[in-house]
Amino acid sequence: MTALALITEPHDTDTVALIIFVALFVFVTGIGFGAARWRRAKLEHLDEWGLGGRRFGTVITWFLLGGDLYTAYTFIAVPALVFGAGAIGFFALPYTIIMYPLVFIVMPRMWTVCRANGYVTPADFARGRYGSRPVGLMVAFTGILATMPYIALQLVGIQVVLGALGVDGDWPLIIAFLILAAYTYQSGLRAPALIAIVKDALIYVVILVAVIYIPSKIGGFGAMFDAAEKALPTRAKPGSLIPAGADAQVVYATLALGSALALFLYPHAVTAVLSAKSAQTVRRNTALLPAYTFLLGLIALLGYMAIARGVNPSNPNFAVPDLFLSVFPSWFVGVAFAAIAIGALVPAAVMSIAAANLFTRSIYKSYLRPRATHADEARVAKLVSLLVKVGAVVIILALPTKYAIELQLLGGVWILQTLPAIVIGLYTRWMHRWALVAGWAVGMVLGTLMAASQDFAPAYPLDIFGLHINAYTGVFALAANLIVALALTAILREAGVADPGDETRASDYDELAEGAALPAPAAEPASEPAPVA
Amino acid sequence: MRFVTREQQSPMEERTPSRWWYALLLAPLLGLLYPPLYSTKDPEIAGIPFFYWYQFAWVFGSALLTALVYRATRRS
Repeated sequence: MTALALITEPHDTDTVALIIFVALFVFVTGIGFGAARWRRAKLEHLDEWGLGGRRFGTVITWFLLGGDLYTAYTFIAVPALVFGAGAIGFFALPYTIIMYPLVFIVMPRMWTVCRANGYVTPADFARGRYGSRPVGLMVAFTGILATMPYIALQLVGIQVVLGALGVDGDWPLIIAFLILAAYTYQSGLRAPALIAIVKDALIYVVILVAVIYIPSKIGGFGAMFDAAEKALPTRAKPGSLIPAGADAQVVYATLALGSALALFLYPHAVTAVLSAKSAQTVRRNTALLPAYTFLLGLIALLGYMAIARGVNPSNPNFAVPDLFLSVFPSWFVGVAFAAIAIGALVPAAVMSIAAANLFTRSIYKSYLRPRATHADEARVAKLVSLLVKVGAVVIILALPTKYAIELQLLGGVWILQTLPAIVIGLYTRWMHRWALVAGWAVGMVLGTLMAASQDFAPAYPLDIFGLHINAYTGVFALAANLIVALALTAILREAGVADPGDETRASDYDELAEGAALPAPAAEPASEPAPVA
Repeated sequence: MRFVTREQQSPMEERTPSRWWYALLLAPLLGLLYPPLYSTKDPEIAGIPFFYWYQFAWVFGSALLTALVYRATRRS
């Protein structure tokens, strides 16, 4: 109960809302198990279980990526931050705007090279590109480390809505995750892909209703911003409606940039991208996914609506649930809370699949059993996906939620340290593998120490060369990483230190050619790729 | 491991579109990563401060630019 102690406050049990909630939960559980039969293929292959056969078209990819990137925790934490601190919480908007131009440039290239070489994870790419198992292991280890607390935080999303429904105790949470673990085990990536459609449809309906209906109850958007402007400076840690001063603005911008760079290094993001059927599908989606960003902006505004409505929770995480309880009839509260809880299942499933893929390829196959067959890989990945979810439940039940939040914040700093190996690696093979490892180590240690010194607040006040810079820790750590990696590469190249070969070919990187030239998905036996000598 | 698909694509003779179009995608970054540009309350629209509607406007601006670049660099 330690975890619940931090976030639960007494709520009455709402029977109508609870029945709707459970009914929707049961509905998506059915979809999750049934997904194994959708676009039937041999699931005893990592390409099928772990990437859905790389056959998802524009629509499924849109739902899957949207459902995967905009997590339940985001839906709770972003408006909670806006409710508690104001403008700074709005960094989520520039973050999720600028990430798509970056994705548009980088990820189709990633898709293309991974497809050409049968890579399932970013770590597979790093290993192949640098001809180095340790570099692959470095990327895989970082990915798993950053993903674990992120999965755990999805549980917090479920916990908050269960608490708001008046359901106490840990067992409902454990049951929910056991069910999730079972259908992910059986159906692989097909399960979250199908459930994402239900999740996203529910979220869109709930938020559109909320932003049309709630302002009529609080006197419109103008009154909402006025109320926020009055209330924010009176917080224990004063907030503001507009970021005031250079420090706040630099933190705002670097948080947006650092988070945007980090997002598409996360294994769950890469997994969803690689499951698309072509590079064109990925490119097209970057123009369509901002619909979710618009939605996220509206969700952020719910924090101000909660202020205007006079909601006064002891924990800001309850700002939105309490707002919904205060304005909506019970049945719609049930729909809204189910949307949030189901919203936790999709990313949790994709994250556990991504972590399982990483372990299977970069640890099991690379180090433990190089002769593993496709069936061995799929079996190990399925088992690891179970272990990962059990681990997440243990983290959230055994540790105070505070630690999971801090670990997830660190996870963003950590995953950024794989940027040189992945993103630079997509464009040039110049970087030396040991320079990448050294830069990564410096970034990981420095980022962790800086974050710890600030009690895990996202920003670090750096005084360097007579300059005072207050910015997102991840950006500092990445800068140190890049400096070390570039300088050491130059030195190692000058010294002529051996560097093994590159298993990819220059022609593997032309994302503009690949996307247009792919055959129709049905014609392609993705479960049994025919190797060409 | 090589997949058959790349053998099927090899006869493509079309010219690869210019990647210079990608430069347009810098606009959202320039517009959003310098907050002093938009950290003001005025001008308001219907009671919504500039800081907020400016960033919401970029959601559409960025999506349109991305769609434009996508079309310009698509091989038909």
